[in-house]
Amino acid sequence: MRLFLRLLLRNRLAGFGAVVLAAIVVLALVTPLLPLHPPNATNTADRFLRPLSGAHLLGTDHLGRDLLSRLLWGTRLSLAVGFAAAVTAGLAGAAIGVVAGFFGGRTDNLTMRGIDMLMAFPYILLALAIVAVLGPGLMNALIAVAVVNIPFFARNIRGVTVGIAHREFIDAARLSGLGNAGILWSEVVPNVVPVVVIAMSTTIGWMILETAGLSFLGLGSQPPQADLGSMLGEARAALITAPHTSVVPGVMILLIVMSVNLLGDGIRDALDPRLRSGALARPMAATRVARRSVPPPSGEGLLRLDGLETQFHVGSRIFRAVNGVSLALNPGECLGLIGESGSGKSVTAMSVMGLVASPPGVITAGAVRLQGRDLIGAPYEVLRGLRGSKVAYVFQDPLSTLHPLYRIGDQLAEAIRAHAPVGRAEARARALRLLHDVRIPNPGDRADAFPHELSGGMRQRVGIAMALANDPDIIIADEPTTALDVTVQAQVLALLDDLRGSRGLAILFITHDFGVVSQLCDRVAVMYAGQVVEEGPTAEVLAAPAHPYTRRLIACVPELGAGRRALAAIPGLPPAVDDLPPGCAFAPRCDRATDACQSGEVAVSGSLHKVRCHHPEGRP
Amino acid sequence: MTLALQTFALARSFAVGRRLIGPPRARVHAVRPMSLQVRQGETLGVVGESGCGKSTLARMLVGLLPPSAGRIEIEGRQLDRADPAAFGRLIQYVFQDPVSSLNPRKTIRQILEAPLRHLHGLRGAALQDRTAGLLASVNLRDAFLTRYPHEFSGGQAQRIGIARALAADPRILILDEPVSALDVSVQAQVLNLLGDLKSRLGLTYVFISHDLAVVEAVSDRIAVLYFGALVESGPAERVFATPRHPYTRLLAASAPVVGRPLGGAQSGELPDPMNPPPGCAFAGRCPLATALCRQEAPVLRAIEGEQFAACHHPLAS
Repeated sequence: MRLFLRLLLRNRLAGFGAVVLAAIVVLALVTPLLPLHPPNATNTADRFLRPLSGAHLLGTDHLGRDLLSRLLWGTRLSLAVGFAAAVTAGLAGAAIGVVAGFFGGRTDNLTMRGIDMLMAFPYILLALAIVAVLGPGLMNALIAVAVVNIPFFARNIRGVTVGIAHREFIDAARLSGLGNAGILWSEVVPNVVPVVVIAMSTTIGWMILETAGLSFLGLGSQPPQADLGSMLGEARAALITAPHTSVVPGVMILLIVMSVNLLGDGIRDALDPRLRSGALARPMAATRVARRSVPPPSGEGLLRLDGLETQFHVGSRIFRAVNGVSLALNPGECLGLIGESGSGKSVTAMSVMGLVASPPGVITAGAVRLQGRDLIGAPYEVLRGLRGSKVAYVFQDPLSTLHPLYRIGDQLAEAIRAHAPVGRAEARARALRLLHDVRIPNPGDRADAFPHELSGGMRQRVGIAMALANDPDIIIADEPTTALDVTVQAQVLALLDDLRGSRGLAILFITHDFGVVSQLCDRVAVMYAGQVVEEGPTAEVLAAPAHPYTRRLIACVPELGAGRRALAAIPGLPPAVDDLPPGCAFAPRCDRATDACQSGEVAVSGSLHKVRCHHPEGRP
Repeated sequence: MTLALQTFALARSFAVGRRLIGPPRARVHAVRPMSLQVRQGETLGVVGESGCGKSTLARMLVGLLPPSAGRIEIEGRQLDRADPAAFGRLIQYVFQDPVSSLNPRKTIRQILEAPLRHLHGLRGAALQDRTAGLLASVNLRDAFLTRYPHEFSGGQAQRIGIARALAADPRILILDEPVSALDVSVQAQVLNLLGDLKSRLGLTYVFISHDLAVVEAVSDRIAVLYFGALVESGPAERVFATPRHPYTRLLAASAPVVGRPLGGAQSGELPDPMNPPPGCAFAGRCPLATALCRQEAPVLRAIEGEQFAACHHPLAS
């Protein structure tokens, strides 16, 4: 709750809206206590008095009634009616939406078609029709406004409920012995309430306007009772001669609706978890760089990372995702980067081409050199020229990296034309050749397919074809086979291995699977808590791991053919990267740790087979 | 040996292109008539790739999805479909995604109490004791009871999912990819916990996974599914070591194993479920397929000892 208020007030406009609305609501609440003229006492002798004239602070209307008093009483009424209408519409609409979305099928179909019919009428016409049937009066206007707004809530809530109804915790509740009613009440409704609140907060202003509109037409509050709409309606005739009679209620409507909407938007932003995590902030074209010095190159290599540090700055917390990673990739070589989730392996890879989203990502130290040239802090134009043409990426989920609305052939041709000045026909021919190279059968037909028409394995081949489009020197493959079935994974790995041989590609292969690393990679680097803890030739690291983490990680992985056995689990969890322990990050889980491990940076030892450990395996 | 769970020609098809009135345009057979036996106290591993029907099978076994045909028997008694709670007391389910299987707006206490209240009618002190005991049995601290699911790591959340399944005091647990969303170091913790619980509580497991090595490490027997049908079953130590069905051999050869060169890179994909081929579904990818395979679907038969395969030309050992 405190977090919610803080987020809400961070938005200045919402704070302003809240203050204005609070003032109006307090005024409306204390109206009966204020020393006001009676709102309905007529005095035709004093009609159309200007504001600030004598006893009448805001003047009088066409019957000589005190405008200030009528304004406050009218505001009180309008707010109450608008709020009641919003609550009624929200509850009724949410109930319909929850039931339709949860039960689905015919129930859903019939209810939602009914709602669609309601929406087919222009809303004001529908409201007029309802009032015409029920007769004029404030209560009937309230009913009309509520009914007209039910479809909005019903459709909104139905969509949310459909998403929730297919979540696994609903199945779990069913297995816990709950019936439909129990599940609706205890599992679905609590998850829907925030959405109802958001929808209500953004529509309540609209409903106040609609009620005022009906009153303006004489269908809402009946004379002499004042509400904001009827005050405007009565003042309309004297708009030119006595403008203040219209302006006063008009300004009040403006203030109420504006403050309600500003506050509503603020509430929506504060409650929406996606917006909370900064999804609205548009990431910059390249990761922000804030480093004090550039480390000197530590050696040769096609791609060389020297002491790379990438952090995420979220509020006052600093997540140190990558803490001084140094790696080298030679031409034609495949380097495996292995680690558990959160170890920083993906962030390392994304930092190479400045693809870490900023904000919140910041590269705080280190250098990434491609053929000796530092890419960190390079101008965006330079990076853009290199992305795809020198260094290309293959991601885990090709369904989310391919555009769903374009044919794959066109997407490939676009990637080619981004870097090479060729015509459409030539680009298409190259695209077909690429599809053929990644062994997609019938490239001519498949080029006209949309991504969803292909299987996962075929889509990943397209992803690889796209990475190859501009003949890069390096492919960075981020768990490219994790989402694939084993037989398809074997096909994709074999393809990558062939391409590496035939095109002389260097591959940085990110994975969590030792089997894959051993089959594809020449060298492997093991990451833990943002650091490379061990690096060396694959066979050597896997056969004789030097770092305790590597050894125990290998021991926890069941291996096909080893038969039934208990696995040697590593107790505990990896440390949170915003709260790293001093010294070796693995020390709290390590059975070889000593006092020396708990403090101070651990240096890397070894030249070909490097390890970051005070007590490596095989040594006392 | 007594059977804990048995299915008789259990099948499920889904309607595709449903119309408002009248029959649907087509039906996709997610699970073809399948007869499985799970013995008391054993772990049956079920492996297969996406689209093989393993999740549909799992959901039918726990009563979340009514079968289109066939029936399920638990300990010799046919399951009563009218009462979902009757399922819940005998057979429970552990979900793949530990976080999405816990309601984000409920505390761990509320989540664990639901099955105790609704399936066993526990109240008051008995309820308190049992919740605390459950949490202890999955090696979590009492203090976690008042927390919400988002405060837990994947491994802890999966333990809570297991505790919830155990709350129903079931005889059988269906574990649907229980560790595939977890990191390897945590995966081993959860697998070992499952092993302990099984021997301590005398449970029977059906362990579904796409990870052959994990299945082999935890199972007594393994069933291999392909395109909605059981293609091979047998003792865990035999199925991948001496596969009888060419598909099992392809699976075993495709699994990445340290120190083995890349293999199993044959092309070929699943047949189109909307338009299944006649005969054996694997014939299009099979190096041994003959005209017979393309005409007549093979039935599951004993090949040697306990090992069964649905193949016209089973592989020799």
